[in-house]
Amino acid sequence: MSQAVRHLELPEQQLPLEFADYHESIKVTGFWIFLTTDLVLFACLFATFAVMRYDFANGPTPIHLFHMGPLILETALLLTSSFTCSLAIYQSRAQNKTGVLSWLILTILLGIGFVGTEVHEFISYVGLGATWHKSGFLSAFFTLVGTHGSHVTFGIFWALTLVVQLVKRGITPRTSRKLYTFALYWHFLDIVWVFIFSFVYLVSMTGGKMA
Amino acid sequence: MSQILARLFPPQTRRPDEVVIEIGIVLSMLFLVYMLTRLKKWGWLWREWLTSVDHKKIGIMYLVSALLMLFRGGVDALMIRSQLALPNNHLLPVGQYDELFTTHGTIMIFFMAMPFLFALFNVAIPLMIGARDVAFPRLNAISFWLFAAGAILFNISFVVGGSPNAGWTAYPPLTELRFNPGVGENYYLVSLLIAGIGTTITGINFMTTILRMRAPGMTLMRMPMFVWTVLVTGALIVFAFPPLTIALLLTLLDRLFGSSFFTLGHGGMPMQFVNLFWLFGHPEVYIVVLPAFGIFSEVVPVFSDKKLFGYPAMVGSVLAITLLSYVVWVHHFFTMGAGPSVNAFFGVSTMLIAIPTGVKIFNWVLTMWGGRIRFTVAMLWQLAFIPAFLVAGATGVLLATVPVDYQMHNSYFLIAHFHLALIGGTVFGVLSGMYYWWPKMFGFMLNERQGKWAFWIFVSGFFVTFVPQYMLGFEGMTRRMYTYPAGLGWGPLNMVSTIGAFVQGLGFLVLVYNVLWSMRYGERDLTGDPWNGRTLEWSLPSPAPSYNFAVIPAVTHRDEWWEMKQSGKARAYKVKSSAIRPIHMPKRSAMPFFLGVSFFVVGFGMVFSWWVITIIGALGVIASLLFSAFDYNDSEEIDPEDVRRSEASLGRLEI
Repeated sequence: MSQAVRHLELPEQQLPLEFADYHESIKVTGFWIFLTTDLVLFACLFATFAVMRYDFANGPTPIHLFHMGPLILETALLLTSSFTCSLAIYQSRAQNKTGVLSWLILTILLGIGFVGTEVHEFISYVGLGATWHKSGFLSAFFTLVGTHGSHVTFGIFWALTLVVQLVKRGITPRTSRKLYTFALYWHFLDIVWVFIFSFVYLVSMTGGKMA
Repeated sequence: MSQILARLFPPQTRRPDEVVIEIGIVLSMLFLVYMLTRLKKWGWLWREWLTSVDHKKIGIMYLVSALLMLFRGGVDALMIRSQLALPNNHLLPVGQYDELFTTHGTIMIFFMAMPFLFALFNVAIPLMIGARDVAFPRLNAISFWLFAAGAILFNISFVVGGSPNAGWTAYPPLTELRFNPGVGENYYLVSLLIAGIGTTITGINFMTTILRMRAPGMTLMRMPMFVWTVLVTGALIVFAFPPLTIALLLTLLDRLFGSSFFTLGHGGMPMQFVNLFWLFGHPEVYIVVLPAFGIFSEVVPVFSDKKLFGYPAMVGSVLAITLLSYVVWVHHFFTMGAGPSVNAFFGVSTMLIAIPTGVKIFNWVLTMWGGRIRFTVAMLWQLAFIPAFLVAGATGVLLATVPVDYQMHNSYFLIAHFHLALIGGTVFGVLSGMYYWWPKMFGFMLNERQGKWAFWIFVSGFFVTFVPQYMLGFEGMTRRMYTYPAGLGWGPLNMVSTIGAFVQGLGFLVLVYNVLWSMRYGERDLTGDPWNGRTLEWSLPSPAPSYNFAVIPAVTHRDEWWEMKQSGKARAYKVKSSAIRPIHMPKRSAMPFFLGVSFFVVGFGMVFSWWVITIIGALGVIASLLFSAFDYNDSEEIDPEDVRRSEASLGRLEI
């Protein structure tokens, strides 16, 4: 389909690889729309948490459970990984394969650190008897935060397949598009985490007054 | 072993009528396998259909599935109506009645209306916008196979394990384990989750296709109206399906893993499900009706020999309906105590939808005004839609009036209202679209005379069924009622309604006969433009070649093909041999089919909490995803010589 790049104002050479290629640029559009569906998915989980956040059913409350330490660590790991992910994109623009791979692997390691800390946090809650069976609040909490955590886990495996593809094929329109969509996904999870940190943890710990 | 058998075949799967159906299913499967083997068609089935990523073939597979599901949902409806025909009737056991109204509603919405529309999206949209396929052909096949996995899983429930029985809305706490211990609700939840992933992908796919792959010169305001409605339907799916996914997922977590979202104890809140469900549920109404509006906007101009009246107003009203559809969901539960101010807001927002809908009705009528109307079958379905939808819309405004709703809520008045809207809107729409695009799909016409018989029988049955239900609603009959005493005076109206339902069933049989007869004796469509059409799909041969357009057309008008014919340039669609370049096309792939099978296995394991089966299926899912990630060999170039040869054989090549 050679009607291709007519939508784009810039001459082809100045565009990053994934946008210069007509077929790959369509995939980026599609991915943005997919992210919209994921955003609405999280919005529904946030709404459910907001509705159920006082339904303790005589079970543990946020003040009993949440501690600042692991939360700060998780936040620092995930936000840093978003930064390293951007550096990977920056290196792909410069056609530097080793640079891309190093930053991407660092991103993966930071992601693993985040998931590990979160799993540890969840296990400690369950150790205190705070299972999701206990109350509506805990069900909503574990599902919202756990959905985010499983998204990050999926992202880690996705990034691993990207590492293999980049090693094998180098920086082509297709691999750089895959890297770019992965970065969109990773930043998106970062933003969701900011909202989880603020509205789930901070607000609950300050006595549950939403804003 | 006997324990496993007892779970697979509980008493509700061993009622005499079901045993007969089960034997029938097994025999027809054996017959199918025998025929495929005897005619040596397995390879053909695999290469041409199961692994195809061609939007035209996926469209046909959706169409066949939707017609099968229409049959299943219709049989459910006839059994419901038979039970209700007489007072104090006990034709069906009460448990089976609950299962029937649940599967009827679920199948008709999710496994009939939506795939029928997706069939027409697939068949028409790429051809109408001058594209060679959708944006993501392989994802398109995945959408279909996930839908198929969900549909098969849902449909086997009455044979294996027992049907769901909590209504198509599946409100908790009735769907919670404590009140509903069988596997039926698991079937409902898991199959809708799987099919829902497919639907979400379809929404993303068609939005991207329409936004990015239109032929040069086709601006947004030059798109055919059907393309507009599919674009906004994509947007509706993108925003409406996640709430459904969450509502179903949380219920499933409650049932399988002991969370406490919608339970009565442990601080659960069933009302949250109702909100999430209708946040999806109301936009869903427009997901199934807006594309039908789009079909009518194509059919009316063609068969009135006039361009569509008020195109910008049509676009504006479609967008208005889309936006309004998100702020009306509470009208499904006015009686649940949201308070007067909330109810007033949602009542008024609901009534507002009548305005853009009215605009559209007027525009269709004004398109016909002064036109040379041809009463083809496609046009007849449109003409029947107008009165049906008018009544449905007017009674909808009545129901939106909160004090009236307190009286009518969940009565047969409501049942009549939404059946008039969904059959009169969606079903008439897709049938109109089916007759209209049939020659483009298959290369032959459906017999018009038989089609008219089917139309008149079905439409008469339709009004005979549902008009009495309005009256039954006024007299106090509520929905999902198993039976009723003789003294209430509901008997005669119910009997009339049941007779109407059987007349509709007869209409469906005539329609099937129409299709089968036409497959053998139907007139071939050799021109590619049997209706004197206006939009680009009619510039192509019927059926279109695999690459659709040998050369992508440059669009200068809204009714491009019509303008070409008017200005005597229709020959421009004969392709210049020198203009043909290599064509980039997706390759067929077994991955979507395999992914669908894997999801089916995952789902089946989850329904029975047999985790080994689930894990085996999950490994299949992971394998499919990994295969896709590393598969770079997914498209091919068609040699220009092959294109020239194929265009020449169609008589469309200009040297």
